[in-house]
Amino acid sequence: MAKVSLTVNGKNVEKDVEDRTLLVQFLREDVNLTGAHIGCDTSQCGACVVHVDGKAVKSCTMLAAQASGCEVTTIEGLSGGGDLHPVQAAFREHHGLQCGFCTPGMIMAATDIIKRHGTKLDEATVRAELEGNICRCTGYHNIVKAILDAASKMDGAAKVAAE
Amino acid sequence: MYDTKYHRASSLDEAAKIFASADDGAFLSGGQTLLPTMKQRLAAPSDLVDLTHIDGLSGVSVDGDTVKIGGLTTHYEVNQDNALSKACPALARMAGWIGDPQVRHRGTIGGSLANNDPAADYPAAMLALNATIHTNKREIAADDFFTGMFETALEEGEIVTAVSFKSVDKCGYEKFRNPASRYAMAGVFAAKAKDGSVRIGVTGAGDDGVFRWTEAEEALASNWSADALDSCDVDSSGLMSDIHASAAYRANLVKVMTKRAVSSAD
Repeated sequence: MAKVSLTVNGKNVEKDVEDRTLLVQFLREDVNLTGAHIGCDTSQCGACVVHVDGKAVKSCTMLAAQASGCEVTTIEGLSGGGDLHPVQAAFREHHGLQCGFCTPGMIMAATDIIKRHGTKLDEATVRAELEGNICRCTGYHNIVKAILDAASKMDGAAKVAAE
Repeated sequence: MYDTKYHRASSLDEAAKIFASADDGAFLSGGQTLLPTMKQRLAAPSDLVDLTHIDGLSGVSVDGDTVKIGGLTTHYEVNQDNALSKACPALARMAGWIGDPQVRHRGTIGGSLANNDPAADYPAAMLALNATIHTNKREIAADDFFTGMFETALEEGEIVTAVSFKSVDKCGYEKFRNPASRYAMAGVFAAKAKDGSVRIGVTGAGDDGVFRWTEAEEALASNWSADALDSCDVDSSGLMSDIHASAAYRANLVKVMTKRAVSSAD
């Protein structure tokens, strides 16, 4: 058994788990956060994307033991409580989902994309950056629209905050 | 995934010691190939030795003509490194075409080289750049390092700690992706050294993994332009043939990707 001690959405979590436990299993079964989904068994679909120390990773392709000592943010912790995060709000406004299964991973990937590219984000970049997130319903159109809109709103909010 | 025991090493010596005492150990770096393989039960190491907490094995340094990249440097870090983008822009660009953003945040150059997947990108670059692979035991020339499909010159318990190479006059990388897996069906790294010599590394196409296309190297050494390749043809014997592409199709792809790599070289 591995002793895993990490921060999930700002709270300290300490558990003993099997060494082979994947981070996504740990989050879903040991921390009871079922937002990160398991959509494939091949590390391709991206439904399980979370942030580990501020970077988007596939939580199905990391052991919980590897994440020990790290800060993990899941879809449940993205908004910090209260209002939706701007990316969540944009997905709702633009109907960036149909069945919703891929949505938590899409939103966690999207916030990472916006953080890395900021104002330079364009449609081609968003589509290229969504390489690791598969949606079988929407054809991506409204997902891309939502991410671009969120990026411009977040940039506007950052400018207002700076003034 | 079968049961395994996770160890976190804090030094190369400790990693080697844990590996030596394991029944069937494996080193774990970014884990972006090893963990999916374990999930499919195609690999079942008794022990995993996590290398990512060892200090000093990460980062890019450019010192005059010499470029060195630590084995634990992630694809994302290689892609984003400013000094590398100036010294060897094609290599930085190439790192940004591996996998997807989440994979690039975890996957490392050392892990990719040690795995030597026949469709991985880095091996082609290392061959073309005439790189040296540094391990915890020795230095190995890229020409001697890649010995076959998923095979390298690494011995049991040997760890890739860094790669280094001399910056070149020009280089370029182009790949034709499998539309489903996005792995290279043919990827070509073309490099023209400062002494005018040319090396061409080809991935995704060879039956034995990465290889050099020497006929093109000679043609390009006397005339560094895509046109110089018009009279060259890739021998399709020894190339991969599968449901995605025949050996002859791949042979043509290699030629086209080489032309594109020469044209985009900077």
